[in-house]
Parts: sequence; structure tokens; C-alpha cells
Amino acid sequence: MQTPQFTHALRRMTLNLLSALCVALPTAAMAQTPVRGGTLVVVSNPGEPAVLTAAFNQQGAVAAISTKLFDGLLHFGENFKLEPELATHWEVSKDGKEIRFKLRPNVKWHDGKPFTSADVKFTFEEVWLKVHPRARSTFAAVESLETPDPLTVVLKLRNPSGVILSALNSAEAQILPKHLYEGTDIVRNPWNVKPVGTGPFRFKEWVRGERIVLERNPDYWDSGKPYLDQLVYRIIPDATARYAAFETGAVQYGVLSPVSINDVERVQKNKNLQVEYRGYEWLASSNVLEFNVRKPPFNDVRVRRAVAHAIDLGAMVKVTARGNAKPGTSPVLSTQTRFFTTDVPSYPYDVKQAARLLDEAGFPVKEAGTRFAVTLDWLPFGESYLRYGEFIKQSLRRVGIDVTLRSQDLPQFMRRVYGQNDFDFIVTHRAGFGDPQIGTDRLFWSKTIMKDVPWSNGSGYSNPAMDGLIQAAHEAPTEERRIEYYKKVQRQALTDIPNFTLMENRMYTIATARLRGLSTGSDGVYESLKNAWLAP
Amino acid sequence: MAGTLNDTPAFSGVDEEGVSAATGRRQRLYVLTRVAQMLPTLLLILLTAFVLLQMAPGDMVQVLAGEAGGGSPEYLASLRQSFGLDQPLHVQFLLYVRNVLSGNLGFSFRNNTSVAALIGARLGPTLLLAVAGLAIALLFGVGAGALAAIRRGKALDQWIGGVALLIYATPGFLLGIGLMLLFAVKLQWLPVSGFADSYGVEGFWPYTQSVARHLVLPALTLGALHAAIYARFTRGAMLEIYGQDYVRTARSKGLTTRRITVRHVLRNALLPIITVVGMQMGSLLSGAVLVETVFAWPGLGRLAFEAMQQRDFNLLAGLILCSGSLVVLINLAVDLLYTVLDPRVSHQ
Repeated sequence: MQTPQFTHALRRMTLNLLSALCVALPTAAMAQTPVRGGTLVVVSNPGEPAVLTAAFNQQGAVAAISTKLFDGLLHFGENFKLEPELATHWEVSKDGKEIRFKLRPNVKWHDGKPFTSADVKFTFEEVWLKVHPRARSTFAAVESLETPDPLTVVLKLRNPSGVILSALNSAEAQILPKHLYEGTDIVRNPWNVKPVGTGPFRFKEWVRGERIVLERNPDYWDSGKPYLDQLVYRIIPDATARYAAFETGAVQYGVLSPVSINDVERVQKNKNLQVEYRGYEWLASSNVLEFNVRKPPFNDVRVRRAVAHAIDLGAMVKVTARGNAKPGTSPVLSTQTRFFTTDVPSYPYDVKQAARLLDEAGFPVKEAGTRFAVTLDWLPFGESYLRYGEFIKQSLRRVGIDVTLRSQDLPQFMRRVYGQNDFDFIVTHRAGFGDPQIGTDRLFWSKTIMKDVPWSNGSGYSNPAMDGLIQAAHEAPTEERRIEYYKKVQRQALTDIPNFTLMENRMYTIATARLRGLSTGSDGVYESLKNAWLAP
Repeated sequence: MAGTLNDTPAFSGVDEEGVSAATGRRQRLYVLTRVAQMLPTLLLILLTAFVLLQMAPGDMVQVLAGEAGGGSPEYLASLRQSFGLDQPLHVQFLLYVRNVLSGNLGFSFRNNTSVAALIGARLGPTLLLAVAGLAIALLFGVGAGALAAIRRGKALDQWIGGVALLIYATPGFLLGIGLMLLFAVKLQWLPVSGFADSYGVEGFWPYTQSVARHLVLPALTLGALHAAIYARFTRGAMLEIYGQDYVRTARSKGLTTRRITVRHVLRNALLPIITVVGMQMGSLLSGAVLVETVFAWPGLGRLAFEAMQQRDFNLLAGLILCSGSLVVLINLAVDLLYTVLDPRVSHQ
């Protein structure tokens, strides 16, 4: 005899089994052969790009679109494994002072001209070293770039430099066609908005404020690819409207967390959509609290440590990011597996310890339970940083620190922090860019205290011990030694704590469930989409 | 045609041709004077804009470096030099004025293209949205206001007043998102956002249809907000006129209520409404920012908002000039419209 409850449970089990099957089906379909053709509508995020090449403009939307038009010398597979792209082969000499690249033969620019080592040399000398925001420091060890023949590029180095190979993907180091850029003002070259690349898609049209259309490159070197006929990038400034566009199928793909955190759960419940968290390891996005160590109260390391103890990062992740993040432990993120270490000083949530440190530092509780008052500036990259700021404000009130939140627009924020250094502390964003020499140095090296330069060492932190470690890492004879030095850098960073990682962001890509063949490489967010196809 | 609409034409008999020729000359002279007066106004707008923009902290180079994830001092200096931002302020201003006078609005470094091309591409969608929004606002606003005036104090009047107040109090983006979630996501009658379908629309008619479908929700959102204002205003203006002596005269002549309402009351109430419309055009254009943002409409408002955030001064100055001219021209058009609606008004 069956009770109604039992029947009900049985029915539910069957349903569960059915839905499990439904979930399993697309996975099985992935093994199918790719289908050619179709248009993929993509949302351009964040916002509309300024130009369509990331060779000198590294804004997220620019990198996202231009990586379909251009190739890099190398690209990343899973777990930062280097894979060939325009370079088919590369070799580091025994002493580490020479890197030799063999270029892919028969690669053509979209206008039919051949791609050669002259393009690489031109881009290296005239674009990367002159107008790329970070390349000058990335390639600091390069003495010269030589091109013995059209398909060979040799980097001669003053000292071994492991960072170079981490920065040759198409997002970070795009190669521009010499024949269209030579002798021009690079930043204002008209080809920047109708680019000619070597990538799987070529530029078709750009209707400002509305859409950017890319079409299949029929002469792509990886013959038979790409599978898609066309990519249409749409510009949708409002986050809710972007969510609605995904929900109705009006857009089918978007990177860099294209809908707000509050809508992700709804997207996950939608059978027609998929959420992908992989592909952001190279970007290594995190949220950081940075102190101005030039003036009281944060010139005292005990006060900085007290603040770290006073914030419950686990709760912060749950409350402000709805779990789409991980509590931070180090300036190098856990996804940057080669360099990351847990062997660092930690600051577990401990209000009593925070209070003790503040007492010690000479900030006793005065009337109304307050020790001192400070102002927190939040990065105006959308409202989420205001939420983080509010959480910090409430956390610090518990230990008697009165926080005022200050709002401003982005140029004003940049000027306040990096131009005038007129702030107490900031809650801000940091990208790791695959290698601590690119992403981490700039916050801890005294040479990176640079007036007016965004994302530099705005804290004004300077410690000869730290400088020595960073210098040693740059000149380390082997990659193992370099990694060892960067582990020491992390320990020193968390001892002095001029800034600390609040959370490692789990950024997400949203796509229609029909979209297959997406890259899961460490820089998948900026992949070329050459293997992507739409299931019918 | 103005005369035929009125019960008592202003001009009758006396040498109509001579009078209209003289009126035509006066009219032309008036328009020319007004256009000439525009120039110093626009120059003043430009100077104010330039000073205000320079007072805003931070510059485009910092924004570019900020978006790019960093930079070195040399990188920033080379960008500043390339953009001419290393020149003294008065030099920058004089250079700009010289460019504008020679018909060149300059180059938007942020967008890597000429300001004229950027504005030109956005002008059409903006005007389309503004005109459609205005049409909806007038249709519903004046209609509802007139109904409320006729049914003064009745339930209908109170309903209209309540709804108008509710719409007026709703922030534009909220109304827009609400309409979008209902008509585009839930019912799927209309597209979510954008100016036209992403791809697959070939030919003139399919494209026009696609644009029209995309126009409905933004125009409705923009129109509804202004309809609320016009409804309140029409009601007030009509009620005032209902109390006038000539309305009583018309009633005692035995004219029908409809004729009195349409010819005597509404027609005369239109004059102050036109004034308000003229004054509201500026806010209709600027209020479109939110609507354009919510519906991804490629208009001038969004361009201006982004230019401000990027500190793209050339583009902003161009936009201010362009919208300044638009507002001045619309005001001129409104003034000319007075003479059409009310022959008693003439331009000396």
C-alpha cells in the first residue's frame, strides 16, 4: 500500500531524475561535431569600447572584442599552460638571457598582406614600449629585439625575466600591422576603429552607441575555423536591461560579469543559459583595501592590522557578493597557482585583538565609544564598491572607528588617490594580469609611487626590505627562484599590510546553453571564440 | 489657416495681400535677428561650458589609464601631449573656438573619431525619440487634461489627477524598467532594448518596422513622464478659461458644449501649453539620458553622459553647442508657432 506522501516522493524522485537527465544531455551533446554558421549576439561589457585594439588600450571591453580580431604570440590553456598562437615554437636559452620565437608561416593580415617578424619588431618598439600602459615594465629586461629572418624573433635580455612569457597573449600584447601603423600617431591612427588583424574574425562595421559587427575571416590560418559566421556586439549600458536581454535571448554571450550579482542566481535557474566561472585566472580580479600610509592613523602598522582583524571577510563575501567571491588571504590570488602561498601572516576576524592593537597604538575609546574618525573613498566602478564600503563602515564601528563614505566619479577618484594622495583609505579593485611582476609589484614597490598614475602604489608604501625582494625577483636566474622571491614578497606584504585583499572575485561569463566550444583556458575571458559554435 | 479656425478672424477685408506681404517681410527679418542673436548666446554657452569642464577634477588621460589598468608617467605624458592637454588653458580655448568657427568640431580622443561624426550619428535617434515622446506626451497629456477639466471634480478628474501624480513621481528609469520587464520579458511583445534588431533586417521597410518596434517602449516612457506634466497644466489652463466672459457669451449664444470646449477653451489653452512645451523641450532632450540608458537607445544624452565621465572635453563642448543650438532653435519655432495659433500675436 502506498501512502500519498510516498507517491509524492516517488514522483519527485522521477522528476529529479528527469531533470538530471536534461542537465546531462547538453554535456553529451558537447561531444557532437561542431556546426558551422550562425550569428552570435554578444553584449559588450563593460560599456562601449573606445577603440578596437588592445595593443595600447587595455580597457576590458576593448580587450574582449579585439581578441577576436587579433592573435597573440602565445595563449594560455588551462592552468596557465602556454600554447602556440602566432608563435609555433619558443625556446628560452640556458642562461635565460635569450628567448627565441619561431613564427607561424603563411599568416595573413585581414587585408591580405603577410604577417612577419617585422610586424612584431615594429609593435614591440613603437607601440608596446611607447604607448602600452604596462609593457615598459614588463619588458624592462629586454636589451634588444632581433629579427634574423621573417619568421624568427629573438629577445635579447639583460637578465633572465620570467614575466615576459606571461604577457604575450593577445589580451596583453597585441601585434599591429606595421604597414598600416608605421610613421603614424599610433593612438590616433584611423585603423584603431576599423582594425586589421590576423584573428579568426574581421571587422565589418561599428555603429556608435549601438553595435559592432565582426564577420568570419575566411583566410584564417587555423583553416576551417572559426565556426560562427558573425559576431554582433551590442551596447547595453543598464545592468537590468542586460539581464532582460539574456533572459529573452536577445543576447547570447557576455564576459566580465555582464549581469549584476543579484541576477546571477536567476540566470543559474534558467535552463537556456549557462554561467561559466573559469577563464578569469589570468585576469585575477580582486577587491582590495588600501591605506594611505603617509599620515595618521594608518601610518601605524598596528592600526592597519587592527582594521584587518575587524573585518569578517567570510561574512563580507556572503553579504556583499552573494558568495560570488572568496575571502582574500594574499596579494597574489589562490588562482595564480604558481606563485600563491598560504605561508603568510593572517588576520582572522577578531574584534578583541583589533581593540588591543588600537589601544596599543594610542587610540583609546573616547566618548560615544569612538576612537577616531576616517573617510573611506570607494572606487566608482558601479554600486558594488559602495556596498563593500558600507560593510567596512559597519565592521569598523564595532571597534570604535567612525567611517564616513565619500562618493565621487572616476576621474575625481583617480586624482584624489594617485594625484593628490588626499585620502585615508580606499576600497578598490586590482587585476593580477597573470604574473605578480605585472599585478602585484605596482602596489608594493617604492619605485611605483608614481604621481597621477592610476593603480600604482597609491598607499605611498616604501620598505627597503620589500624593494630588495622585488628587485631580486626581477633578476632571479631561474623561474623557481623567481617564484620563491614572490612568496617572500607576499609574506612581507602581509607583515607591513599597506593594503590587503578583501576578496578574490569570482567573475562570470554568461552564455546561451546552445553555445559550445568555449575556451576554459586561464585567459578564457579574452579568448578568440574560434572554437565556439551554436548548437541547433 | 489660422483665421479659418477662429470664430472671429483678426484680419478681414482690408488689402489682405499687402498686409500679408508686409507680415512676411517682418517675419523674415524677425527670424534673421533671432538667428543672429543666437551666436553670442552660443559663444557664451561655450565659454561657460569650457570653464566648468576645466574645473572638474581629473582629466581624460587619467580615465584612460584608469580603464587600461595602469600606466607609467611617460605613458601619461605622451597621451597628454598627443591630446594637446599640455597646452595652457587659454590656448586650448582659442584653438577650440577657431576650430568651431571654421566648422570643425574637433576630434574625440576617447572615441578615436571626429566629434561631428559622433554627434551626427546620434542626432537622428535622439530627435526621433524626442518627437515620438513629445507626440505621446501631447496626445495623452492634453487629452487627459481636457477630460479632467470637462469633468472637473468628478471621479474621472480625480482618477486622471491621481495617475498623473503617480507617473510624475515615478523615477524615469524605474518606469522604463517596469515597462521593459512587463512588455519585453514577461509578455515578449516588444524587443528589450536597442535601436533595431541586431542582424537580419535587410531593406527599408523591415528596418523601419524594426526601429518602430524598438521605439515604442522608450517613447512611451519618455512621453508618459511629460504627459503627466501636460495633463496637470492643460487642466489648469482650461479651467481658467472656462471662467472667461467669452465662454459665457458662447454658452448664451447656444453653442454646443463640444464646440465651446474645443474651439473656445482648448484652442486658447493651447497657447500657454505651447510655452510650456517649448520650455520643456530642453528637459525632454536631457531627460532622455535615463531612457536612453535603460533602453540602450543610441542618443545624444548617453553620449553626453559618457563624455562627461570620460572628461572628453572636445566631445562635450560639441554636444553642448549642438544641444544649445537645438534649444534655441526650438524656442524660435515655438515663438513662430504663436503667430500661427493666435493671429493677434505678431512679431515687431
